[in-house]
Amino acid sequence: MRNVLPVLTVLCGILVIWYAAAVWMNATWVHDQAERAGVTVTWAEVIPETMAQERPLLPPPHQVAAELWQGITGQAVTSKRSLVYHGYVTFKGTMMGFGLGILTGVLLAMAIVRYRVVEMSVMPWAVISQTIPIVALAPMIIVVSSQMGLTGRDIPKAIIAAYLSFFPVLVSMVKGLRSPDQMQLDLLRTYGAGEWATFVKLRLPASMPYFFASLKVAVAASLVGTIVGELPTGAIEGLGARMLIGSQFGEPLIMWSALFAAAILAGLLIVGVGAVERMVRLRMGVPE
Amino acid sequence: MSDKPAHWTMETFATIQTMKFVAGAGVGVAAVAFADPGLAGILGFWVIACIINVWVVRFLGDFSHWLAPVLFGATVLLVWEMVVAVYAISPVILPAPSAIAAKIATSLPILWTDFAQTVLKGAIPGFLIGASAAFVTAILIDRSPFLQRGLLPIGNFVAALPIVGLAPILVMWFGFDWQSKAAVVVVMVFFPILVNLVAGLQASERMQADLMATWGASYWQALWKLRLPAAMPFFFNGLKIASTLALIGAIVAEFFGSPVYGMGFRISTEVGRLGLDMVWATIAVAALAGSALYGLITLIERGVTFWHPSQRH
Repeated sequence: MRNVLPVLTVLCGILVIWYAAAVWMNATWVHDQAERAGVTVTWAEVIPETMAQERPLLPPPHQVAAELWQGITGQAVTSKRSLVYHGYVTFKGTMMGFGLGILTGVLLAMAIVRYRVVEMSVMPWAVISQTIPIVALAPMIIVVSSQMGLTGRDIPKAIIAAYLSFFPVLVSMVKGLRSPDQMQLDLLRTYGAGEWATFVKLRLPASMPYFFASLKVAVAASLVGTIVGELPTGAIEGLGARMLIGSQFGEPLIMWSALFAAAILAGLLIVGVGAVERMVRLRMGVPE
Repeated sequence: MSDKPAHWTMETFATIQTMKFVAGAGVGVAAVAFADPGLAGILGFWVIACIINVWVVRFLGDFSHWLAPVLFGATVLLVWEMVVAVYAISPVILPAPSAIAAKIATSLPILWTDFAQTVLKGAIPGFLIGASAAFVTAILIDRSPFLQRGLLPIGNFVAALPIVGLAPILVMWFGFDWQSKAAVVVVMVFFPILVNLVAGLQASERMQADLMATWGASYWQALWKLRLPAAMPFFFNGLKIASTLALIGAIVAEFFGSPVYGMGFRISTEVGRLGLDMVWATIAVAALAGSALYGLITLIERGVTFWHPSQRH
């Protein structure tokens, strides 16, 4: 709670800078119009003009907010103009990729913790895989999957999102599964616990804090992956496609509202993961 | 004394396991051979490679730290090549590694032009500008805990946002050439570096700060001698995250408009023409550039933070 005042102050600062920048950037257009009409305008006339243009270079915050509000509540949720609809498409892709990424990350981490040879041969490549910009692969994954007869963009999008989100899960799970110390491992050995029992009763519960810490990073990465998967040519649905359409038709308001819708979605996803984490912690009896 | 027998039993146990694995795999491969000889060949090769790698890891010690991943990578490439050859996969879906290598060899000038446009003009200047801006901002807000508490949550949130979405807007502002790509990179790398550096500047311990105070160190002396060095591991962590983001930003920005060269441009046009060998060649260059950037930062980090526990071996 002690952060509320500073955060609000910084947000107000950002708004002020934004308005100033909007006036500054959009004024050029007003001056051009005035020059063409052969009149001179004073600053008092310019400033209201910069606040309500059809295609502003930088839309002022209230225009973006109005467009966002219009996109979320002004349409039926099934409409192609509704941001809720596009947000849902992106959300679906994000969740599929997120699930696939968690599965890949956890399974790889289990193999790495269990087999030294897997760790030594796969881990360096997992690190290298993240230095490859996935966006380079995105258009190709989409084209190839359509040639292999996969209609729809759900699967290619999920693959791209999973590629970005598996790595944080992998790294944290390797750390988490190795977090039990020798004393705890010895105790389980004195109980005569086998490898599987040790895994289920000690390693897995011990890895949960690491797991959830990585999920927040992974879900954000998954959203970025999904949006990147929607960007390359041909997409018509999803927030990424909305940004592309705004860019192609020169409609800055569409781009900005899609961008803020994506930001809201990111916030909701992170809050959602946090809520799940709290539920699991309560269930497992972790003290607050 | 108790170590030796345990070691021995483990070793014998492992050998028995390996033998069981080999026998099982042999039976499996033989069974597949009836149905599909080509697949059996590939599987057999994979199993043999696996066994070699297990052996390398178990008996070659330090040597295996680089040999094991190299062997694994080579195996993947060979299996890829064999799959493409055995099943006669169309180069429009998946070109063989040898075809990609041939394409790289014949189109070096194009690849170099693209690399220069995207990496040397877009990603690296953007990365340097963004990193310097984040550094200066972190120092500026360092003296104001109020601003830090306000900026950190927002910075953390923005770092999690899909900032690539800004690419079309920045392309509209700065035009199609490298300036807009550098601008996208600046925005993308700024927040991860800022957040890490601000956290790093708070990482020095109370006792160390007190020691500085007893020596009568001024704010700037303490910053220069203690807090900045203590923040360096965090700073380099941010730089590493940002190095990947920089390439992503530069390539994505080219999807929204670029001159007729550049890696993003090449990928999107060649995908449209189904020239997948050229796409893979560009991806190989991107992978090399990404790994090289990351490796360079790791090298500098090793020099700067040589005192940190994670760097001592």
